[in-house]
Amino acid sequence: MTDAHFAVAASAAPAAAAASATGARPKMAARNLDFYYNGFHALKSVNFEIAEKRVTALIGPSGCGKSTLLRVFNRIYSIYPKLEAKGEVLLDGDNILDPRFPLNRLRSKVGMVFQKPVPFPMSIYDNIAYGIRHYEKLPKSAMDVRVEQALTQGALWGEVKDKLKQSALGLSGGQQQRLCIARAIALRPEVILLDEPTSALDPIATGKIEQLISELKNDFTIAIVTHNMQQAARCSDYTAFMYLGELVEFGETETLFTKPTKTQTEDYITGRFG
Amino acid sequence: MNASTHAVSDRLYRNRRIKNAIALGLSGLATLFGLFWLVWILWTTLRTGLAAMKPSLFTQMTPPPGSDGGLANALFGSAIMSVGAILIGTPIGVAAGTYLAEYARKHPIGEVIRFVNDILLSAPSIVLGLFVYTLVVRTSGHFSGYAGALSLALIVLPVVVRTTDEMLQLVPSTMREAALSLGVPQWKVTMQVLYRSALPGIVTGVLLALARISGETAPLLFTALNNQYWTHDLSQPMASVPVVIFQYAMSPYDSWHALAWAGAFVVTLFVLLLSLLSRAILLRNKASHD
Repeated sequence: MTDAHFAVAASAAPAAAAASATGARPKMAARNLDFYYNGFHALKSVNFEIAEKRVTALIGPSGCGKSTLLRVFNRIYSIYPKLEAKGEVLLDGDNILDPRFPLNRLRSKVGMVFQKPVPFPMSIYDNIAYGIRHYEKLPKSAMDVRVEQALTQGALWGEVKDKLKQSALGLSGGQQQRLCIARAIALRPEVILLDEPTSALDPIATGKIEQLISELKNDFTIAIVTHNMQQAARCSDYTAFMYLGELVEFGETETLFTKPTKTQTEDYITGRFG
Repeated sequence: MNASTHAVSDRLYRNRRIKNAIALGLSGLATLFGLFWLVWILWTTLRTGLAAMKPSLFTQMTPPPGSDGGLANALFGSAIMSVGAILIGTPIGVAAGTYLAEYARKHPIGEVIRFVNDILLSAPSIVLGLFVYTLVVRTSGHFSGYAGALSLALIVLPVVVRTTDEMLQLVPSTMREAALSLGVPQWKVTMQVLYRSALPGIVTGVLLALARISGETAPLLFTALNNQYWTHDLSQPMASVPVVIFQYAMSPYDSWHALAWAGAFVVTLFVLLLSLLSRAILLRNKASHD
């Protein structure tokens, strides 16, 4: 039990065993990852893994670096100047931080959904088809099938099947977020990164997204950043607790929430700070 | 005790009401003062211009003093030179604005270009006219519609650069992140997602630039000059409404005055319609985003 559940900040060596110790293969892994915002040391030698076809949650107080860590996994941080990641981030064993690793291939394999739903200013159909068109030339009928599949997987098909040609901006916030998830899955990625996907939504929409997440883990590897501890407890298999740029504790969700080894973790999950 | 605090707060409240009335009165007067001249100008243009409106305005050429005529050649010249200016200025302006917003947002070079563009934006149009005069008219040896269109394009350019830059900066960065995280390259994201989002704003900018150049006189005086006759040859001197207004309004002839009023009316109406149109586009866009 302690193998699957240890503090990485203290020692980096056993990191590789984190998820694998519980039988799941690590799909992505950060090894001694440091991150700097314009010189500010935001991630301090983080070792972390995202287990294949499982849900891994990142929790911690605001500013602890959980979003920063997530944003390294598809290198979306690199569109801004003066941000720097040092160390290794592996996708199936290949270092994605290596400048030779093709960025667009990385992003086609590692999709991302953001805190605020951002539908593109086009129709619902085109929102889904947009990414697919970039990778595949499909005839209209095949594209229709792909769009329907993605919207079905995103648990949105029933609500939008009669208004595919309407602007996506007319959907409700919860629908827009499921559209964004469907847009990410439409590319058939291997990993989906969710950056506080429900923080802008009401409880009912949140419930739908959480249910969706538990269905999606059959096909995808999922990492989710959340400030909502109950959400992490409800829908993740593994949880990492971060604090001040360090990964304090990482292990099975149930263990981390019931028997945390670090006092910082315990203080946070019992609501003593954060 | 209670009564005296009441008395104090009553006095305080009365004082505030008096101050409020004074401030409100002064700002109301200032508004009236500004609107008074505007309404006067519009009213005079409308009354005198409307009286001078007749069908021949659009069919006949600018006349010699004493005979009847219209503004057909000037209206055509204005239209073709304005369209030319928009065709030259818009693509370059959009491209430059895109560079500023998407590729050099916080870059020192971007800041320098933005600053220089702002100077160009407020440069006196007569300076731009003289610049094109030296560059094109002097070297080619004659006034021409091309030179006129080019000098107007120099007015359009900074307006379009500025609006494109601002409208693209208004597109939330999450939109960029969402599109880029699909693995779509940046240029495609810009062309297919960001432009779509910024389009109403950019179109508004182009319309406002069109409104601005349709009344410009100074740059045309040195470039297109004027032409008494119909021409669609841009390599020849060309008539334009503002230059004809300028020439006719300064003349001693009543028939020319009437034509100048009619021209002023047409240009004012055109600018008014453009402003309404751009406002409608922005409002519709806002409604669809809310």
